[in-house]
Order: sequence, then C-alpha cells, then structure tokens
Amino acid sequence: MSLFGPGHGACPGCGFPIAVREALDALDGKVIAVNATGCLEIVSSMYGRNTWGVPYIHSIFENSAAVAAGIEVALKALKRENEAHVVVFAGDGATFDIGIGTLSGMMDRNHNVIYICYDNEAYQNTGNQQSMATPMGAATTTTPVGKNMPGKMGRKKDMVEIAVAHGIPYAASASIAYPKDFNRKVKRASEIKGSKYIQVHCPCVTGWGIDGKLTVEVAKLAVETGLYPLVEYENGKLVRVRKLKKRKSVEEYLKIQRRFRHLFKHPMGKDVLEELQRIADENARKYGLDA
Amino acid sequence: MIKVVRGFYAIAEAVRLSRPNVIAAYPITPQTEIVENLAEMYANGELGDAEYVTAESEFGAASMILGASAAGARAFTATSSQGLLLMTEVLYNAAGMRLPIVLVVANRAVSAPLSIWNDIQDSISIRDAGIIQLYVESNQEAHDMIPLAFKVAENKDVLLPFMICVDGFKLTHAYEPVDLLDQETVDKFLPPYNPVVKLDVNNPVAMGCYAPPPYYMEFRAAMEFAMDRARDVMLKEFEEWYKLTKRNWGGHVVADYCEDAEIVVVTMGSIVSLIRGVINQMRKDGMKVGLLKIRTYRPFPSDEVRDALKNADKVIVIDRALSIGAEPPLSADVKSAVLGNDLEFHSVIAGLGGRDVPRELVEKIIRDVAEGRAKPGKRFEGLNEFEEVIP
Repeated sequence: MSLFGPGHGACPGCGFPIAVREALDALDGKVIAVNATGCLEIVSSMYGRNTWGVPYIHSIFENSAAVAAGIEVALKALKRENEAHVVVFAGDGATFDIGIGTLSGMMDRNHNVIYICYDNEAYQNTGNQQSMATPMGAATTTTPVGKNMPGKMGRKKDMVEIAVAHGIPYAASASIAYPKDFNRKVKRASEIKGSKYIQVHCPCVTGWGIDGKLTVEVAKLAVETGLYPLVEYENGKLVRVRKLKKRKSVEEYLKIQRRFRHLFKHPMGKDVLEELQRIADENARKYGLDA
Repeated sequence: MIKVVRGFYAIAEAVRLSRPNVIAAYPITPQTEIVENLAEMYANGELGDAEYVTAESEFGAASMILGASAAGARAFTATSSQGLLLMTEVLYNAAGMRLPIVLVVANRAVSAPLSIWNDIQDSISIRDAGIIQLYVESNQEAHDMIPLAFKVAENKDVLLPFMICVDGFKLTHAYEPVDLLDQETVDKFLPPYNPVVKLDVNNPVAMGCYAPPPYYMEFRAAMEFAMDRARDVMLKEFEEWYKLTKRNWGGHVVADYCEDAEIVVVTMGSIVSLIRGVINQMRKDGMKVGLLKIRTYRPFPSDEVRDALKNADKVIVIDRALSIGAEPPLSADVKSAVLGNDLEFHSVIAGLGGRDVPRELVEKIIRDVAEGRAKPGKRFEGLNEFEEVIP
C-alpha cells in the first residue's frame, strides 16, 4: 500500500503531496502522523476515503504539536518508543500563527518529534488569507491590493530562527524543488533525539496564482533568489546552506505569480520590490548564500 | 486505611492507584495542589512507568492527554475555571474521537469578574460536550470515583471522557478523614487499559477524519447512544464498587425521605451535606421535606429524578451556576424530567463565586416555600442589595 495516496484530493500541481511522500519514504513508513487542520487534512482524511498508509490522527487546528507530544510520551510510558517516529504535518497557519503556543511548548520540553511545516505562505485551505508566513507584498484576500495597500505589509516571520532559539537539536528549511535535500533532512532529523523542526516551501497553485506545471520551477526560484534560503541547524549551529552560483533577482520569482503581479504597476510597488530584494540580500549575507 | 487528608491529596492518591500512563497538567487555583501532589509522586518514582508532563497551558495539557489516549495510554489531567474553558475546544474533540480520558475539575467560578472561589459554572458550561459528569459531595466520594471513572470511560460500550467535579476549596482544600484505597483493591476493580483502536504502525488507522453531511450526524448520534449506555454501565460499576469497598454511594441520584416528602430539595456537589443536615433536623421537627442528591449530571438521570419527585408537591432546585437568559441549568434539567407533573417549582440560584450558603439560609429557603412565602419561579438567594451600575 502506498504511504500517501492515491486518492488524495490536492489540486494538480499542489506542492505538499511531494513533501508528504518524501517524508514518509525517508522514514520507511515508520511514522505516526499528526496532522493539523488545513489543506493537507482536508484533501487526505475524509471519512471513508483516508489516503494515509500510516497511523494518522487529526485533532484540531492549533494543537498538533501538543498531540504529538502526548503520543510521544505515551509511547515512552508504554515502552513502545522504538515503534515509530512521531511526525507532525502542519501548514504555516497552524505553525506560525494559531499553533505557535503548543509548538513552543513541544520544543521547550524537547519532545522526540519531527515537526514538518508545509509552508504555502497563507491560509490556503480557506481561500488564501494572509498568515505570518505570507511574504511582504503578496496579495491575499485579507491583504488585498487597493489604493492604499500593495498587498501584505510587514515581512514573513522567521520561524526557523524561532525554532533554533528554543535550543532544539535540529532545525532546517527545505523546498519541494529539492526533494532529495528534503528527504536527507528528514532522515537526518530521524537520527537525532529531541524536537526537530523542518519547514518545507510548498507552492500553492490557486493561492499564488501559478500554472500547476510551474510548481517546481516557482519553488526553485524562491531558493535561487535568496528569498527562501535552505539552511540547516544542528544544536544551534548553522551546519549547512544551499549555495547559489548566480543569485537571481527577486523579480524573476515574483513576476510569474499572480499574488505579486500588482507590485509592477502599483504606486507603492517599487518600494516593496526594493524591500524584497533587500530581504534576499540580507539572507544572502546572513547565511553566506552566494557561492 | 483511614487518614485525615486534604481533598487534593485524596484525589492525587486515587489517580496514582489507577495506574495512569500519562498525566499532563497546567496549574490553576484551586486545582494546582492535585497536580503538585502528582508531580511529587512522579519525582519520587511513585508513579511506576507513567510520564508526567508540565504543559504550556491547559489547552496544551488537554491536547497532550488526547494524543496520549489516542496512542493507547490511560491519561489524566485536572483543571478549574478558566483552565477548563481554555481546554474546551480540545475536550469537545476528545469526546467526538471517543477517547476515554479522565479529568478532575476543581470547580471554580468563571471570569469576569475574576474569582478564584467556588461555584460550578465551569463544568456546567461544557455539559453538552459528550463528557460524563459526576458531582461529588465529599473527598471520600472523589477518591472512590476516580478508579470508577477510568473503568466506565474505558468500557467498550461507552468510550467517552469522564469528568469528576469536586468543589474547589470547599473540598479540594478541606481536611477530611478519607479511607484511602490500597493498590490491591484498585487493581482488583480496574484492569489495565486495553484500547479498541490505537495509533499503531502494525495496524494503521486514521483518527479524527472529517465527516461530510452524509456521515457527521451518525457520529454525533453514536455519542448520544453511548452516553445512554453509560447509565447502565455506571450503575453496574457503582454496585461493583459497593461490593468491593462496602461503601455505597448510591446510583445516579440519592433520595432521602422522597417517598413521603411534600417538599424536595434537589442539588449537587458539596452543598448536599449541609442541606442533608438541615433536612434531617426538619424531619425531626415533623416537616415533610426530602432531599434529592444528583450525582450523575451527564447522562442526566431523568427517570430517577421523575421517580424521586413523583410524590412531591413542591420542588426547590438549588443551582450554583447560571444559564444567563434562561432557566438555571440543573433546574431546567429537573423540569424537563418531571414534565407534566403538577408541581410547584422553585429555581433557586445561590452560592455563586464562593458566596457562603449558611445553614440559616438553607432553612429560610425551605421554610419560605413550606409556608407559602416564596413565589414559584426563578430567584437568587443570599444576594446583597446592590445598585446595578451600567458602564
């Protein structure tokens, strides 16, 4: 039996099924999956049409980290801790925003859990409302473009650094454009005891306004422009980054997505474009992205 | 072994004897000492292989025991007031997922205004969640009901969370002589938890699937049917408990003098003891009064209530919670149980937020009804005169 699907209802070109399959494969299916309410849950867990080949639990939107922590301590108490990896799959809304409290608790207590945030940069399940993972300038239904507003104001929250600040043994960012890299990171996480946080960039076809066949290309450009740096921390130390031979301008990434298109004509767009390039430059300096 | 102990210790000790696998908790007055006692037991290695986790909030604590229970563990938490309200979303979910978690609520008023003192508004406010609720009168009853709660919740015909409601401070902090159970007795009564389904890689299941309209209603109806089955399961276990410990707590209700009483007082929780004292005295004085103690609030024992009140002329229900804008909660349930009976019905609200209900007030409430001074309907008793300030 396949570990995820067939039969899931994700959109053609959706990014996260790639991440879920890679993660389950990397762990040989030795997984108890905990899933927050969100796109992934809705497309995979309808009663009678569950597409998961591993034990799966969905509780509510904002408590996956605590549910996973409870499962982990239960396995320990029942002397079943070698049975499986406890793995959370939660979107950026469940992770950056509504569930950050339970995630912080889980990381603070350093539960032996792999927490995978599939980051599609808005509440896509409910139709593209902004989250704290939404990048600056992106048009969402709650940060629409208007005379006074060029999409989302304020920048994306740096959850990887927040995870690192908890002193957990492993934190990394990844992208579905680099499945081998993500697979390796999940495997590496599984070798380490304690809390692991992996944030994987997953384009959303409908929310971002991209052609389904461009998913991987768009995700790749996010990395190649320095807007989504792929980094890896062990015990608080930056141990690896994906270097960029020739970093591309952020415009190459932005111009092929409907959510950013207005930036090229809105009166405030130029400032936002400059700020996004500045963020990419800052990432490049901070992580030494330029090869 | 009879010892004079405080309520929170009697509760913690019974939890220990029930051999939980996972305890997750967050402190809140007046519950704190229950989990502090459990933490101390954990620190001293007295909880066997159990794991004790300090949560980041009650919401986290409830979520952890939900996860633990889904993984096949016997799981426990305790809370009060705001903490219970914060857990509410998770507890509704745990009930819907049919997870037999057990929690103790040290009953406390809810904010605003902030009050750490006792009433039962907190647990009453989640009466509709699909959680069995049992209100106790004494610390001995609280102690005894904990192994029973696990056994009932884990029964395959039930599989619903079980909440034991214990009056904050009045019981939790009170010293009372408690005949503490021993491990052998509890082990004889309560077998290890053997879940029907659990998260297990060798037998993968999906828990918490969403249900579209063709399925949702059946899931919810199944909870109602399980709650109905819990009635008989509980009665059987009350009986078992009596056989084992020689302590008879009665059934879902305990009726004193109801056979020939003209006036029956209906209430639940620690206030029952006080009212029993008043009624015993009034009986000696020749007044035909009775007492109906409600133990099981969910499932609501409608048949038992109707039976106990069949000969009464007047009923006084004392509620320590409100359903603002409607009949007080217990009163509404009692009324629905006796629908069609020709009864003079008094819905009395008293003792909110730790307001004392002295013996004299109970006597006055009963005498006012007996002597026809009180108008039937809803009223507050023990309320100070005050000027309502509209901000």
